[in-house]
Amino acid sequence: MNNTINRRQFLGGAAAVGISLSLPKELLAEGGKVNFYNWDTYIGETTIEDFEKATGIKVQYDLYADNDELFAKLKGGNPGYDIIVPSNDYIEQMLDADMLLPLDMSKIPNAANVDPAFMDPSFDPGRKYSLPYMWGTIGVGYRKSAVDGEITSWEDLYASDKYSGRIALMNESKTVLQMALKLMGKSINDWTDENLAAAEEMLIKQKPHITAFAQDNGQDLLLSGEVDLAMEWNGDILQIMEEDDDIGYVVPKEGTLLWEDAMCIPKGGENVENAHALINHLLEGEVGAGIASFINYATPNKAAQALMDKEYLENPAIFPAVEATSVSEASVYPGAEWVQKIDETWTRIKAAG
Amino acid sequence: MYSFGENVSLVDIETTWTFDNYARIFKPEIMTLLWRTVWISLVATVVCLIVGFPVALVIATASPAAKAWLLLLIMLPFWTNLLIRTYSLLNILGTRGRLNELLGWLWLRCNDFLSFIGAGELGLLGEKFVPIKFLGTPSGVVLGIIYVSLPFAILPLYSSLERMDRSYLEASMDLGAGQMQTFFRILVPLAMPGILTAFIITFIPALGQFLIPDLLGRGQVDMVANVIQRQFKGANDWPFGSALSLMLLYVTFILLALRAFGDAAKARRESIR
Repeated sequence: MNNTINRRQFLGGAAAVGISLSLPKELLAEGGKVNFYNWDTYIGETTIEDFEKATGIKVQYDLYADNDELFAKLKGGNPGYDIIVPSNDYIEQMLDADMLLPLDMSKIPNAANVDPAFMDPSFDPGRKYSLPYMWGTIGVGYRKSAVDGEITSWEDLYASDKYSGRIALMNESKTVLQMALKLMGKSINDWTDENLAAAEEMLIKQKPHITAFAQDNGQDLLLSGEVDLAMEWNGDILQIMEEDDDIGYVVPKEGTLLWEDAMCIPKGGENVENAHALINHLLEGEVGAGIASFINYATPNKAAQALMDKEYLENPAIFPAVEATSVSEASVYPGAEWVQKIDETWTRIKAAG
Repeated sequence: MYSFGENVSLVDIETTWTFDNYARIFKPEIMTLLWRTVWISLVATVVCLIVGFPVALVIATASPAAKAWLLLLIMLPFWTNLLIRTYSLLNILGTRGRLNELLGWLWLRCNDFLSFIGAGELGLLGEKFVPIKFLGTPSGVVLGIIYVSLPFAILPLYSSLERMDRSYLEASMDLGAGQMQTFFRILVPLAMPGILTAFIITFIPALGQFLIPDLLGRGQVDMVANVIQRQFKGANDWPFGSALSLMLLYVTFILLALRAFGDAAKARRESIR
């Protein structure tokens, strides 16, 4: 008679007497789950389902509206997220606060699909902690029939009464002030007391002409005709350009802010292995193309670009002209002291009038 | 605790028992915003009371069957999310929104009427209809706050009117007081506890509104809560944010203490009598 008990009987017995077994992590890698924390409306229609089908890993998909929300959530300790997609300056900030795990590139072979131009950014030299997801610009969405000629400069929004009462700026202190710096011919990272005071003065003077500091809905105001000029993320304007032919998008000649959102693994997540698998999946050419064609942002993924049509690749609102991007910059985290000064300036602008 | 602390790194806050965060409240821009917060909340609250009182009176005097339905109508908006209600107001209050559509239509009708009686040439109502700008102005924020807090004002008013002994009103009328006199000298004083509760229950949440200034105020009429919200997010300055929110909490406590104090004084007066 065979006296050895098989695994099932053993587990059954263990469960019956209430013993819990903790299995080695490797056994959970197949199946298991992964907690993905991403921006709202920032993924393909079937991206998550396809990954779940292919790997058997269950994806818990949560959404945030902005980087600040993401940072505030993780600040007091990671509540359990395995993948996050912060923007460039927040990656810098999170690295500064030691909140990210280095990526194990041997588990992400699809990293080879990324455009080499994106592989050595200033915020993460040599790409140790992040891999790019999407990139884009901030620019001006406008109603073609309501403006006079073409919009070419930030001046129309920041220092002119020509379009008084028809302007929406973003409700983001740093970004709005950065474009004021750009208009003054300064770098968007050139924070000095003098520059900040000049930007403050410019905005307080312009405030009566501004209709709204839009809470991530400048595109809706533009579409509904409440404003004719809206400072917005390119992807948001693109979405309404599809609904209304009369909407255009331009990156002003002074240049703008270039942003990049990248996939990172925060410290304190439980499913590091699965997170690598999901990042690898998202960087696959076909998957990347599926996301890009649905959300209409510029993908840094060469393999995905190769699968996209001309309409996407030649759209100036997705891939702006080189003249405009050559004078544009990525935002650098200015340090806590400046964050406070910028916020105080913003409060004064908001309290004015 | 945070309110007495300082940011020592991006993620750590050390409690150093500093009063700097409280001192920063007295900067002029914060005082401007505090003042704006108080007057906007005050206007909204007073309108809520004025509008809510007759509604509460109607419900309190209705037949029991009608009462249930009317109360249900008052509660109904609570079943919809605040965000959705606010977005629907965006649709109503916009320069091309429903309310302005209605006003524009009324303007046309009035103008037709004026031409009909032969006064059309005078242009009494202006050359053409100018939509009223609610959004991005204090009026939009006030309307938004009234909209969300009106039910909170009506319910305590209703409960105090409901419990009231109607014989006082009859006595007043019998003894020769007019309708107005009865209303102001008997009904309102008797309903005073309800009015005070309604005042506090609308005023205090109104002080903390940030969604309505963001959406209906279009970021143009920020209130104190917007600054607080930014401290916990973009500005990453939890100590200052805590100090500001405690400030609002103190205001709340003072109001509640005044209320309790008033009640106690009244009880004492009555016991002496």
